[in-house]
Amino acid sequence: MFKTLKTVKLQKNQIIKDIRGREIKPKFRGIPVIDEAKLTNLAECQKACPTCAITNDKKIDLGKCIFCGECARVSNGAISFTRNHKYSAAKREDLIVNGEINPIAAKEEITKIFGQSLKLRQVSAGGCNSCEMELNACSNANFDIGRYGIDFVASPRHADGVVITGPVTKNMAKALEDTLLSTPEPRIVIAVGACAISGGVFQDSDEIDRTFFERHPVDLYIPGCPAHPLTIINGILDYLGCK
Amino acid sequence: MVMTKTLKFKNNEVIKKSDIPVVEFNDFMLMVSDTHYRVANLFINKEEEYQNNLYAVIADDKNAELHIVKTIVGNEYPSLTLRRPSVHMFEREIYENYGICPAGHPFLKPVRVNEGYEFLKSDDLQSHEVAVGPVHAGIIEPGHFRFLCQGERVMHLEIQLGWQHRGVEKMLKNNPNIWLAESISGDTTIGHSSVFARGIEALSGMKVCGRAKTIRKIALEMERMAIHIGDIGAIAGDIAYLTAAETLGVTRTLVINTMLEISGSRFGKGLMRIGGVNFDIDEELKGKIVSMLEEVDNRVTEMCGAMFANATVLSRLEHTGLVSCKRAEEIGMVGPAARASGVIVDNRIYGDYKDFTPVSAQNGDVWARAYQRYLEIKQSKDMILEMLDELEGNLETPAILSDYPKDSMCITMTEGWRGEICHVIITDKSGAIQQYKIKDPSFHNWFGLALAVRNNQISDFPVCNKSFNLSYCGFDL
Repeated sequence: MFKTLKTVKLQKNQIIKDIRGREIKPKFRGIPVIDEAKLTNLAECQKACPTCAITNDKKIDLGKCIFCGECARVSNGAISFTRNHKYSAAKREDLIVNGEINPIAAKEEITKIFGQSLKLRQVSAGGCNSCEMELNACSNANFDIGRYGIDFVASPRHADGVVITGPVTKNMAKALEDTLLSTPEPRIVIAVGACAISGGVFQDSDEIDRTFFERHPVDLYIPGCPAHPLTIINGILDYLGCK
Repeated sequence: MVMTKTLKFKNNEVIKKSDIPVVEFNDFMLMVSDTHYRVANLFINKEEEYQNNLYAVIADDKNAELHIVKTIVGNEYPSLTLRRPSVHMFEREIYENYGICPAGHPFLKPVRVNEGYEFLKSDDLQSHEVAVGPVHAGIIEPGHFRFLCQGERVMHLEIQLGWQHRGVEKMLKNNPNIWLAESISGDTTIGHSSVFARGIEALSGMKVCGRAKTIRKIALEMERMAIHIGDIGAIAGDIAYLTAAETLGVTRTLVINTMLEISGSRFGKGLMRIGGVNFDIDEELKGKIVSMLEEVDNRVTEMCGAMFANATVLSRLEHTGLVSCKRAEEIGMVGPAARASGVIVDNRIYGDYKDFTPVSAQNGDVWARAYQRYLEIKQSKDMILEMLDELEGNLETPAILSDYPKDSMCITMTEGWRGEICHVIITDKSGAIQQYKIKDPSFHNWFGLALAVRNNQISDFPVCNKSFNLSYCGFDL
């Protein structure tokens, strides 16, 4: 008993009090910025990008970007990564950015229905387990997403929405669809990670089946490879219209 | 059977296909079934569509030697599993991928294809089936578990995977790139990406500088520490010992946040590149790593000390999910799960480590697998401290890639935190990559989990599962 109490004392208080204002340590690669005037080798940067995230009009599609930093290395200083980790969006086109992202416009009805309590069911559909681990980390004593009334539940029947990770493999397509259809309405769909949003590094695989997204629109996109817990939590809070 | 007719090779060495001796099937079978050695890999490489080359990578763990040997088989050959049970998965994989039938295989069921598979049935009226998955209750990857139970007791468990199959081997063959290798299994980012990079570097004749090699090894040990800490916490969580679940959960954060300070990613994504590493560890960072290790070591020692002395914890972990040493060896388990059963197999003996001796917790139950992790956390900490002192020189970028040698093969292995990772790259007569073969340690160990839960209460399945913590996507590829 005393041993246990001693360890608790040793651990101190680990919670991140200010989730909204907390910054991530240097070297973290957040929203990329392209210095359009300085960028002379666009084609080379596009070629270096493993997921074809750089558009012809010198923007970066965060839905495809895996934040590997390779473009920054070949761009002779024209592309750099900021430390801004808040890059979620409610519309797919809002993810195609240069340096800044439009803040999510929270819908009144969403705030009214889910603002105080949001129960989510997670489905990994071909995810490599890094997004899954970061989603798990959201509930640990550091990030404690539960304080906002957001929880991950065991059954889709108990859920208000589904969180999808992974590029959606052919083998998981039906299970994913079934899980979503088992979730009572009104429900939301959240796509976490480059794989779920665009296929990511697996976009050219012939073992994936992304027709799910043709039938079911995504309400919230949380990019990353994997998405950092602070990105996930802040993204969901923005979507819910929480302060 | 003495290994005379084989080719002895070194980990990460490029070998000519023509140097690998071709033996009669009978000799091949004798070599594979010799229990003095471990079969680290068994795979088919097709030559010109009609010739099936069956390769075996045989590890002599006592003398730290690796051997490779080849035989030619038709569309059917006598199953090797009957003589060497540990190759049962390899043969099932061969059958599924190429249709080459290991005749007499005791249980030739699918590996990554589930459609139409009928699970084992029991005609005992007292038994019932419990189906779990592919979508599980937590935030976890998909897989299907079918329990055959009598009351609460598990008589048999079948684990059917394949839900995560993304065609990684094919994609890596067509377009070998580090980012895909990082996503073979995201929790083993460093393990898989470093093995991939070393394989490509060896084939293209790149010389990686010593500093980059050391940074890779430091990152590998940090990955091991982080996951092991989280896993002990997860085991504690499953037996409702929440103090350890929470405190170890946040202790893991310290390690992965330091990984972020090195590479910009908590999982080390973006650290490896073909030819070296993208980020250096400077003096300031070195200091941070050292103080992090001290802090983590202090917390883990205190927490595990309390946990492993707690009677309620011990009563739940001891004798639960037992895999005996004999059984673990028989089915070819690897990694910490094998070492926890007393099978001393650790691929780091084939790597570039000074005086490395594997540690073992011996007992083979969930307690041992948890304690094994504790021992390995300590060991990795000491290794990192030693390697930090070895960091010298500057990071150098090696010369530009040359073409891959023709008709060659490079087998690269390392000890990831789950066990032996093995990547085989084979080139064809034009020097293009003909085959990319990946073996994640989970490939061996899933069957160990199935055996561990036998005769246990079904409610103990979660804690058994956590004690193995195997990869779904690493298996499904």
